[in-house]
Amino acid sequence: MRRRQFLAFLVAAPVLTVAVPGTAEAVLPTLPQPAEIMDLGDILILAGTPTAGALAVLTVGEDGVVTLELPRAEVGQGITTATAMLVAEELDLPLDRVRVVLADARSELLFNQLTGGSNTIRSAYGPVRSAAAAVRARLVAAAAQEHGVAVERLSTRDGGVVLPDGRFIAYGLLTSAAAQLTGVFSAQPKPASQHRLVGTPQSRIDARAMVTGQFKYTLDHDVPGAMPTVVRRPPTINGTVKSVDSAAARSMPGVLAVGVVPTGVAVVAETFGQAMAARDALKVTWNPGTIDALSDKEIRAKLRAAALPFVVPPLLTQHVDMEFDFAFVSHAPMETNSAIADVRDDRAEIWAGLKSPIVARQTIASVLGLPEAAVTVHVMQGGGSFGRRLFFDAAIEAAQISQALRRPVKLMWSRTDDMRHGRARAASHHKLRATFGLGNVLTFEHRVASVETDFRHGLGEILTATAASLPVGGNLSFAQTVFLTTCKVPYNFGVVTSLLNEVPLRMHTGSWRSVYSANTRGAEEILVDQLAARMGKDPVAFRREHLKSARQRAVLDKAAALGEWGRAMPRGFAQGVAFHDEYKSCTACLVEIDARDPQNPRVVKAVIVVDVGRPVNPRGLEAQMLGGLTDAISTTLRAGLHIDRGLPLEGSYSQFHYARQKDAPLDVRVHVMPASGEPGGAGELGVPAAVGAIANAYARATGVVPRSFPIIFPVDFEPFPR
Amino acid sequence: MPTYTFVVNGKPVSVEAPADMALLWVLRDKLGVRGPKFGCGIGVCRACTSHLDGVEVQPCVTPVSSCAGKTVTTIEGLASGDELHPVQEAWLEQDVAQCGYCQPGQIMAAVALLNSVGEPSDEDIDRIANVCRCGTYFRIRQAIKSAAAKM
Repeated sequence: MRRRQFLAFLVAAPVLTVAVPGTAEAVLPTLPQPAEIMDLGDILILAGTPTAGALAVLTVGEDGVVTLELPRAEVGQGITTATAMLVAEELDLPLDRVRVVLADARSELLFNQLTGGSNTIRSAYGPVRSAAAAVRARLVAAAAQEHGVAVERLSTRDGGVVLPDGRFIAYGLLTSAAAQLTGVFSAQPKPASQHRLVGTPQSRIDARAMVTGQFKYTLDHDVPGAMPTVVRRPPTINGTVKSVDSAAARSMPGVLAVGVVPTGVAVVAETFGQAMAARDALKVTWNPGTIDALSDKEIRAKLRAAALPFVVPPLLTQHVDMEFDFAFVSHAPMETNSAIADVRDDRAEIWAGLKSPIVARQTIASVLGLPEAAVTVHVMQGGGSFGRRLFFDAAIEAAQISQALRRPVKLMWSRTDDMRHGRARAASHHKLRATFGLGNVLTFEHRVASVETDFRHGLGEILTATAASLPVGGNLSFAQTVFLTTCKVPYNFGVVTSLLNEVPLRMHTGSWRSVYSANTRGAEEILVDQLAARMGKDPVAFRREHLKSARQRAVLDKAAALGEWGRAMPRGFAQGVAFHDEYKSCTACLVEIDARDPQNPRVVKAVIVVDVGRPVNPRGLEAQMLGGLTDAISTTLRAGLHIDRGLPLEGSYSQFHYARQKDAPLDVRVHVMPASGEPGGAGELGVPAAVGAIANAYARATGVVPRSFPIIFPVDFEPFPR
Repeated sequence: MPTYTFVVNGKPVSVEAPADMALLWVLRDKLGVRGPKFGCGIGVCRACTSHLDGVEVQPCVTPVSSCAGKTVTTIEGLASGDELHPVQEAWLEQDVAQCGYCQPGQIMAAVALLNSVGEPSDEDIDRIANVCRCGTYFRIRQAIKSAAAKM
């Protein structure tokens, strides 16, 4: 039954959602692209539909505090605050009376415990409100029963039920009676028109703990017996231990244990300082890794060779051809890869920042040779992720070390290992061609060749389960499915084709905030500027003419107005603009760059306009857009990894040039468009438009269109020894 | 192993540690003071930024031996009981933190700046080199200016 409904919806979706494209008459309409019919977030929501009713677990305490157990990972996106707002809204409860804790891995949720695809609010908005509305109904019913009053005569406010005579009964006094009620309590969530909290700017519920140093990340927790642990890693990616002489290390002060694991040599000590000193004293010889012969030059050549050919020959029409290269980029979250593991003969307990904890649990159980039910996986709030914590390599490694050394361990990766042996956004090469004639864009082709992005963190199963039979997708690999369900050209550019080809290299890649879109859409927005110039149009006017919907045009118009598009700039300064649409949301970014010294540019001002359909917490949304902007500044101008004979050269923030305060704009304005529908995605939305806007501003300021990113990318440091 | 005596957040402590052990590990692993975070170990991410006799230091590159007889203040020691330091208040007012991991160091760096420059210019603020990987820099800048106005 469920399956039939599900399939019916899948088939029906294109019929229900496809609108006739294009209202402008002078442009050649473009058929809907796969991501317009069904995006990755839709797939994740569909996959989670069978378990949506079990998503939100709410507990009302006798102290009146309501606890939401959220099966998602908070890593800085502000989802605990936003979902707390949803609960507070439905229960008529002050926000500070809602507590949100991250759920352990709950295998019964199947595909519904993955944090990615900008999907938390999209997937939780309905289920969390429904669950909270049901809790409210139950509390009201308990009050009605206790006081012999009809439910209809009761109202709720301020964390309690109000009786007809005005008496106020706090929820905490009703929770016990409510728990004993039998029957099914379901209630419709409030209509958005009655929202008093949702949609208003709220500060983070965990902010005070953070600014006082009380907030606990994985390694700030004490697990009995779990001692500081580090790993000595190979000189090239995926190298393995050939031999190890640990005599000197074992005799050093504080050292408790040393042992070989699949990824290297583990050292456990009284303190991390002592563990790292002993790690450095190990004498290890290594077997080769998996990409020892490869450096950037070879990888770039492979990518160029892999880019698929264009369909349209450049013979009969005017055209613009462009090619771009993007370097590997470390996720580099501030909290390095880390995990606590306590593995016993018959059970295991894991603590880590995990965005796909169910697959982590299953994999760890398999690696340890334990039944899944014997493995408990606690999800810790993470110190940043940007896609990184989709992978659970630290959790597996900690479990393996704990099992091998027969003791609980607190594993921390060094920064250098995190950058060199951790995950990275895959390098990519982009070939674009647009043709035009008689004032119309006729075709727009994009060929992306990327080093394989690893999706083996559970997304594969979700896509298998729900999307392999997508009518528009055909027989696609997971990567191509993700590519097609996330990247779309938002313009009417006639015949549009985007194709991905991947080069499988055995190195550690992973989705990096916005997955393919930062590079793919960033490159397209650069081409759009060049195309506009060739066709004699202003970049904003040209985009406006070709955008597909009035909603998109309103966002672009607002950005152009707030950013004073076209205002006079001194020599060496310029404005740049770009647009992006994904996951039912859209944004325009307008920046001003100071590139008087082309080798030392600074984005000095940014105006970002964002329409996410329904902003739950505009203040949190602004923070996400600010983060996306800073990511774009970093990866467009200076931050990347050089691969040299099987290993990234960059080993810390002194070498991987993620933006600092001196690189950040002095003036940022984020304008949030009013609510108009259901919530769209927001977490990754900010990156691609900002990439395009910064590159376009740089081109306009310097007269040189950047083709290789980051633009300023010398090896300006002495690499650490391998 | 030598013993070092110093003050951490108002409390005298004595720790037995090798002279070259970084203060960060003495704080985190021996004393359980976990506000200062590890981010790089070489003093460049500055997530562990704290104060030694009122001067900004990076505990990950500060040997414990150099702390003997001195006063260490970490993020935990900045507020007076429940009363937050104006910089912490400004951080709440601007809702700066995203993942929050770098913020103890950012706040301690901002306090050090404001202790030396009452009304910092944008150029002064630009000199704070602490990494925020979530990219909260603009809100940090606003929070510092807001705190400066109130201090």
